[in-house]
Amino acid sequence: MSQLIIGNKIALNEWTRVVPPVYGDEPTRKQAGKVVMFKLHGEDTFTQKQIDGSEIPTTGKILLPLPIWLANKEVLASRLAAGEIGIVLQTHEPIESLANAFDDLNSLPVIAVYVQIFADGRNFTLGNLLRTRYGFKNELRAVGDIMRDQLFFLKRSGFDSYLIKEGRNAEEAIPSLNDFVQPYQSATDDVPVWRRVSR
Amino acid sequence: MYKYDKIDQQLVNERVAQYRDQTNRYLAGEMTEDEFRPIRLQNGLYIQRFAPMLRIAVPYGLLSSTQMHKLGDIAKKYDKDYGHFSTRQNLQLNWPKLEDVPDILEELATVEMHAIQTSGNCIRNITTDQFAGVAPDEVFDPRAMAEIMRQWSTFHPEFALLPRKFKIAVSGTKEDRAVVQMHDIGMEFFKGKNNEIRIKIWVGGGLGRTPILGSVIHENLGWKHAISYAEAIIRTYNIHGRRDNSFKARIKILVKAMGVEAFKAQVESEWAHLKDGPLTITQAEFDRVSAHFEPMPYESLPASDMSFDIRLASTPAFAAWVKRCVHAHKTAGYRAVTLSLKTHGEAPGDASSAQMHTVADLAEVYSFGELRVSHQQNLILADVKLSDLFAVWEKARAAGLATANIGLLTDMICCPGGDFCSLANAKSLPIAKSIQAQFDNLDYLHDIGEIEINISGCMNACGHHHVGHIGILGVDKDDEEWYQVSIGGKKGNDASLGKVIGRSFAADEMPEVIQKLIDTYVKERTDEEQFIDTVRRIGAEPFKAHVYAEKESV
Repeated sequence: MSQLIIGNKIALNEWTRVVPPVYGDEPTRKQAGKVVMFKLHGEDTFTQKQIDGSEIPTTGKILLPLPIWLANKEVLASRLAAGEIGIVLQTHEPIESLANAFDDLNSLPVIAVYVQIFADGRNFTLGNLLRTRYGFKNELRAVGDIMRDQLFFLKRSGFDSYLIKEGRNAEEAIPSLNDFVQPYQSATDDVPVWRRVSR
Repeated sequence: MYKYDKIDQQLVNERVAQYRDQTNRYLAGEMTEDEFRPIRLQNGLYIQRFAPMLRIAVPYGLLSSTQMHKLGDIAKKYDKDYGHFSTRQNLQLNWPKLEDVPDILEELATVEMHAIQTSGNCIRNITTDQFAGVAPDEVFDPRAMAEIMRQWSTFHPEFALLPRKFKIAVSGTKEDRAVVQMHDIGMEFFKGKNNEIRIKIWVGGGLGRTPILGSVIHENLGWKHAISYAEAIIRTYNIHGRRDNSFKARIKILVKAMGVEAFKAQVESEWAHLKDGPLTITQAEFDRVSAHFEPMPYESLPASDMSFDIRLASTPAFAAWVKRCVHAHKTAGYRAVTLSLKTHGEAPGDASSAQMHTVADLAEVYSFGELRVSHQQNLILADVKLSDLFAVWEKARAAGLATANIGLLTDMICCPGGDFCSLANAKSLPIAKSIQAQFDNLDYLHDIGEIEINISGCMNACGHHHVGHIGILGVDKDDEEWYQVSIGGKKGNDASLGKVIGRSFAADEMPEVIQKLIDTYVKERTDEEQFIDTVRRIGAEPFKAHVYAEKESV
């Protein structure tokens, strides 16, 4: 079981992430003999078949990929109003398409950003922009290949909850949120050190 | 030079603790090889052919005597008694143990050093001109800005895991010695109207598999915006840069794919949000950091020195060294000195622990306790009195650091190559050695004049072969090591990329190939031409003809 950290405490995960089924006939792009590990910016996330085949739980709080939400938004409007809908953004999806999909991003209690693999650092920019440019104030959650070694950077990039990948100890990861006491540069949480303290 | 305050020191101390914990978790099996890789790389630790390689950061190439002594001690205690100075002005240890690295970092932290971001897909060591602060043609001393940007880039949360490595160089002279056009971001600082400091910015330059010179993205930016503009560039890259293929992941590929105008438009729209915000560098911060780079307490000296003139006239070997290894200085009576790490028979850029201690001592006694590493892989004493040059030469010569070959053929740039590096396709050090042996005559070297031979063991181009007047690239053909030769590359303001002359050569053919290129030059040159000038004037054909024609007839 993946363990969740909210703020700096272990917390119960109330949200179920909807993961579209994999049929095996999704287009796989290969390059130089290697299977593509990262989708490029702006590519389609799921096929229509995957979107149509996704099962959406009928009760409880759910995290939906953006294409699933867009395909079902009329049906789910009341659940959005009830605070039961969050969106999980993939790192290759343009942030503008998320922003354009909602009149008010803060109608979402949670936005999650999913990384397929640790080395994908686009989630940092997405988090930063959601906080600083799009004014998102609710829970921003990092999901996917998340370990303690990203926590400090994620926190500074505006995330406030972290779903630690399965098999890793979340309790032991918590101190890493504070690996560095006085970082040099500005981020979502602070101004550059030279504006912060007198040196 | 920059001295740490409590904040700087605390940060490197916290880094040691963090990395020790990460290493322990890896050794305890709590982290997989794949998970540990990006983490150790961000700390300069590669797994090499025989042992890990640790790259220690030397920010913009500046070191104190104390730091150099410590590096000498570390090379002795944790390595095989030597280290390798790299083209990124850093120091590489080739034989440390993975489990010793936290201890090495702890020792480094005691002298305000670290290995942060010396590798990995993040912002790397920011490089600059090795003569910064003392060069007579300097318009602006770039070191304070390099330090401000070093701090900004250190553990930058948003740019911790970029699509690929990211290199920044800064320069403050008309004649570019920091190769700014070969970097992901290159900045040339200059004085605009009312003496205000402005920046010309290039983006998307780089060597490697796809060599491209940078494109100008801003002609004239105010210095206070250096960081906000760089953030706009790197943010654009972080989101849009390719991540599916590491060979196509550098920013140069993105700039080329989008076109520089479209890329610039994207950066400018991003920058519109950041401009004049908290990222704007304050005068107070600039002044605080600049205070660390005040000119040295120079004595007021006459422009010439009698004892120096006498030695020069009476000691030809000293005169030859002065001609090649001593450089002009802003201040009357002072000179900058290059200590050659290109001794014939030794690997270019290598220094023994004993040599490191000697250089540290020389710096202590003769150059205000500071020294520099050049991207040509030599060491620099930047502030030596004319009257001390002879003593410096004698001591350097005794330590094997006074080969009078700076700028000459045997002052080659060379990566560690297949002897050490697991990325390499071919060895590079034996090629350098065989060329040194072929041209082991200083009079002949002086006659050939200034020429840059750059050798890389693979297309990652750590040896900058594309911009060598003669570039040598190790390639792998059916599991054999071959060498591709290019000519016509050049760094600097009129930079160009070399062109391959034809089919590649076996290792034992290389000295003869270089000899034939040089023979062609000597035959064709005019009185005032250096090798590169002749290549540019007559083109590559006569060189090719000589190299290959004779081959065919043998």
